[in-house]
This record gives sequence, structure tokens and C-alpha cells, in this order.
Amino acid sequence: MSNKKNNKQKIKSLRDVRMHYCPGCGHTIAHRLICEVIDELGIREKVIGVAPVGCAVIAYDYWNFDVTEAAHGRPPAVATGIKRVERDKIVFTYQGDGDLASIGTAEIIHCANRGENISVFFINNAIYGMTGGQMAPTTLIGQKTATTLTGRDIKRDGYPLKVCELLALLPGTRYIERVALSSAENIRQAKRAMKKAFQTQIENKGFSLVEILSPCPTNWRLSPAEAMKWIDEKMTSYFPLGVVKDD
Amino acid sequence: MIPMTNKDLKKVLITGNEAIGEAAIQAGCTFYAGYPITPQNELTAYMSRRMSETGGTFIQAESELAAINMVFGASAAGARAMTSSSSPGISLKQEGISYLVGCELPAVIVNMMRAGPGLGNITPAQGDYFQATRGGGHGDYRTIVLAPNSVQEAFELQILAFDLADKYRNPVILLGDGTLGQMMEPMAGYRLQATGYRLKTKKPWAVTGCKEREPNVIRSLFLKEGVLEEHNKKLQRKFAEIEKREIRYEEKNTEDAEIILVAYGTVSRICQAVVEKARRKGIKVGLVRPITLWPFPYGIVNKLADLKKKFLVIEMNYGQMLEDVKLAAEGKGKVKFYGRGGGGIPQEEEIIKKISNF
Repeated sequence: MSNKKNNKQKIKSLRDVRMHYCPGCGHTIAHRLICEVIDELGIREKVIGVAPVGCAVIAYDYWNFDVTEAAHGRPPAVATGIKRVERDKIVFTYQGDGDLASIGTAEIIHCANRGENISVFFINNAIYGMTGGQMAPTTLIGQKTATTLTGRDIKRDGYPLKVCELLALLPGTRYIERVALSSAENIRQAKRAMKKAFQTQIENKGFSLVEILSPCPTNWRLSPAEAMKWIDEKMTSYFPLGVVKDD
Repeated sequence: MIPMTNKDLKKVLITGNEAIGEAAIQAGCTFYAGYPITPQNELTAYMSRRMSETGGTFIQAESELAAINMVFGASAAGARAMTSSSSPGISLKQEGISYLVGCELPAVIVNMMRAGPGLGNITPAQGDYFQATRGGGHGDYRTIVLAPNSVQEAFELQILAFDLADKYRNPVILLGDGTLGQMMEPMAGYRLQATGYRLKTKKPWAVTGCKEREPNVIRSLFLKEGVLEEHNKKLQRKFAEIEKREIRYEEKNTEDAEIILVAYGTVSRICQAVVEKARRKGIKVGLVRPITLWPFPYGIVNKLADLKKKFLVIEMNYGQMLEDVKLAAEGKGKVKFYGRGGGGIPQEEEIIKKISNF
């Protein structure tokens, strides 16, 4: 996807380069939405992003503002360090499900519990994309992956982790919402949620997180259109959409 | 290093851990993240108090991993940042240290070594020499390693550590052991009032928001063919520069010595006493004390080996710096070793016996 194509109004926060993502991947949409929101809020020169390890590892090649990488799972710790030093800046992390909900569970829970005034964009596509489709902490029960060949078995693999509901229990969190990229309407809502997350930070209210149910047609072995349908039919029943917390 | 005027000089009795903490504050460190572990807890507590007094940030992190990655973030944003721990905790920090080097971010990491392997115990040891001087984490890299042997020197080297980290955009490790951290010694140059000193190093690479400039990106990932190799070559050139410029050591009574003790840190203090005792007995003993463990002072050992000196390496481990001394001596001078690990400390009489039997 290119920034120029079908886009009369250039998004300043998004670089005019071709992205490496697979056809139908949700990262392209999520990247763009974040950039649109940053432009609309006029905060591009104040934003510091923290990129993850996973398919979005080179997000900084697409975003046109300050970005640092972070080790797998550690973006909330890195963002904590940045925000405590640059308190008037807008700091966000962009993390996948393996990054945030598996290897980085300690970092996200304690960052949220400290009430760090940052925004987290959590891409949940129920699978490990970059490494070739292994089970994620959010892989659905019965979902087939490279490491759950007969489907996720709760006796062997445990349950899909509900990050929003878990973090909502913590008094340090202010705003948590789960959205999906499965339809035009849902995408518009996702953008509204991202804007609210940034606004929560701008108003110094504290920790905000938006979980984004995102398609991965390649590793789900579905067409892009089928993948969108799979989000609505399968994912949202276990991961219900909506505001989980708004204090 | 910070120039100190006479009126700043005030002699105080202070522990090594506290001296290191105060040095950090006076070096302009504004960010500390750490996790409790003995025998460096006094340092964490000291930073907690002093950061709140000086308007800096102190975070008791949820883990060593989080602590080093918070330091990564603070450093990426341009702050002078540090963490401290002891051996098992330093093992956990290796991931972050590797990333700091890969991203060329400055940071100071204090390791008050305890005895291992595994949980070991809290007694002093020097078992982390290999880990500190050979990189420690994954990838092809080095960190500058400073090894003080007194509270006074710990204070001074800690300030130097911040300057070197910024100068080379590379993490620096201050390597002590439980003894250095816990012992109290008189120290001059401690200014009771923080001066608000801040090094005015410009950090145009830092991520601070891209106001009136192109965006900055901090990364260690280079996917295009050949680019990572170029990045590594750049790092290696930097390491070569450090090897050329930053070697530090102390030499004592080496000129007429037949046997040269080589020791660093706490055990070098014992060796200093041994040199005097041995000389009173008429045995000509000298001492080479590396202050930078990386870059290691190969040159001086090599020069002394040319003069057919014999070397006795003394460590609180089972022979780690020994390998560097052997490399430096290039087979020209005989190298022997005496060490005790697991919390054992080589005693004066034991070392003198080794000298006599050389």
C-alpha cells in the first residue's frame, strides 16, 4: 500500500513508501489510522513511537516521526523510560500479541499498573505472523496454527488471553477499548478509539490501550475478504468489541 | 572528568555503593531504574533518595529486564541513565545491553559482583569477568569495563563512566564486587551539595520529537544485504578507537621486580599489601593493576614479558583475567595463577606462598 494511491490528502505522519506487508494485512490499516490521528491532533513533532518485534518491526520505515526499536516484549519499559524523561511528549507503543501478551506480559502489566501516561496500540491477530504462523497467546480455542496442528487445546495450550479485561482490573489504567479492522464502520471506530487514547495521554489522565483485532490472511490461510469475516464471526465472540474501561 | 576546586573537597566516610550513587548524581545522571538484589541494595536506596532531591527519575522496576529497557528508553530520549545490579541480575540485563550497543546508546551499568554460578550466594567474587569483558549478551560487541579498587576510585570512575558512555555512545560497566560496595572508606571530593552539574553533550540523535528537524530513528535492525555488516564494521572501528585511547592501569614496583602480580578490584588491595610484605622479605615483587578490564592493558603486560618478568595472576575466581594476561605475555613470560571463587578471597599468606614457590 502506498501513501499516494487513492489519497488526495497526504498524511504527513506516514512516509510515502511501499509497505512490506502481505495483501490484506491489518498492519497497513492500523499504521495509517495512527498516522491520520497524529496529523489530526497536530502532535507529529511531539510524538515518540516505540516499534515492536514482529511483522511491524520496521514500522519506523513507514512512520514519519521519531521512533525507537525495542527488544521483543519490552516496549512498555522503553516507553516508560522515554516518557519519564520527556514528559511533555506523546509516547506510544505498537505491539503485537506475541510481543505484548506473551513475552512482554510483565512489562505491560507493570507499566499499566504504574499508570504510565502512555498509549498502547495492541495488534491482536491471534497468531505469530513473522515467524510463520505459530500459536499466539490470543490464538482461539481450536484454531489451527503451525504449533497447534490439531487446533488449540485448552488442556495442552491454555486459554486465549484477554488483555483488555485483565488490564482493566488495574487501578492504574484509564482508558481501554477493543476494536476491529473488519469493516469500514469498525475501522472508523478504531480510529476514534486511537484518537481517544492519545487524548487521554495529552490530558495527562494516564495509561490508555486500544486492542485492535487485525486480519492475518496469510497465516490464517484465508483470502483477505474471508479474513475480515473470520474476525466478525470467530474473534469477536471471544474478544468482544467495545469500551472496556473509561475512567 | 569534573574539575574539582579545593573548596569542594570534603572528606567523608562513605560506602562504595553510596559513593557510586553520588558520583552518578554529580555526573548529571537524571534517570535510574533498578531491581533489588544484594549486595548492591544501598545503591538503589541511595538513588531513590537522591533522585527525588535532584528532580531526576527513580523507578523500582518489576524486573532486571524492565530496568535495563527503561534505561534504554531514557537514554534514547537523551538522558544520562543508569542501572545497577549484582551478578544474577546482570545476566538478565544482557539482552538490553546488547540492544544498547546495537543502537549505539550510552548507559552506565553497575555490577557489584557476587559469587555464582546460579544463585550462588551474596559473598564477593569476580566470576563475571568473562561476561563483562567479552560482551556478555548476543552479538559481536564490547562494553567498556571499569574496575575500581577503592571507594575513592569508584566515585571517580563512575563519573568517568558517564563521560565515556556519551563520548562513544556505548554502554559502560562499572565492575566491583560485594566488598567494594559494602565497605566504608574516607573519600575526598564528595560535594555534599549537588551542584546541578550537567554535561552539555549534544545528542542530536535522540528521540525527543521531530520538531524542526527530520525524524530520528533508533534501531539495531538492518535487513538489507550488507547493511548490518557495515553497521558492525562501524562498531568495530569504534571499539578499536576505544582500545587505542582508553586503556587505564596502575603499575607498582615493576621496574626491578622479578615477579609481577596482576590483579584488579578488591583483590588488588590485598596484592598491594603483598608487594610490600614480600619486598620486606627481599623478594622483588611488583603489581600491574588493570583499571579498564576492557580495553585490557595488553601493552604493559607484553612490555614486561619482553623483560622476562614472571606473572602471577590473582583473582577471586578460577582464572578468567588469566587468559588476557597469557594473551598479552605471548609466551614470553611465565604466567601462573592463584585464585579462589565462590566467595573465597585469596589471603596475603596464600599469595606470598605462591610467590615463594614460583
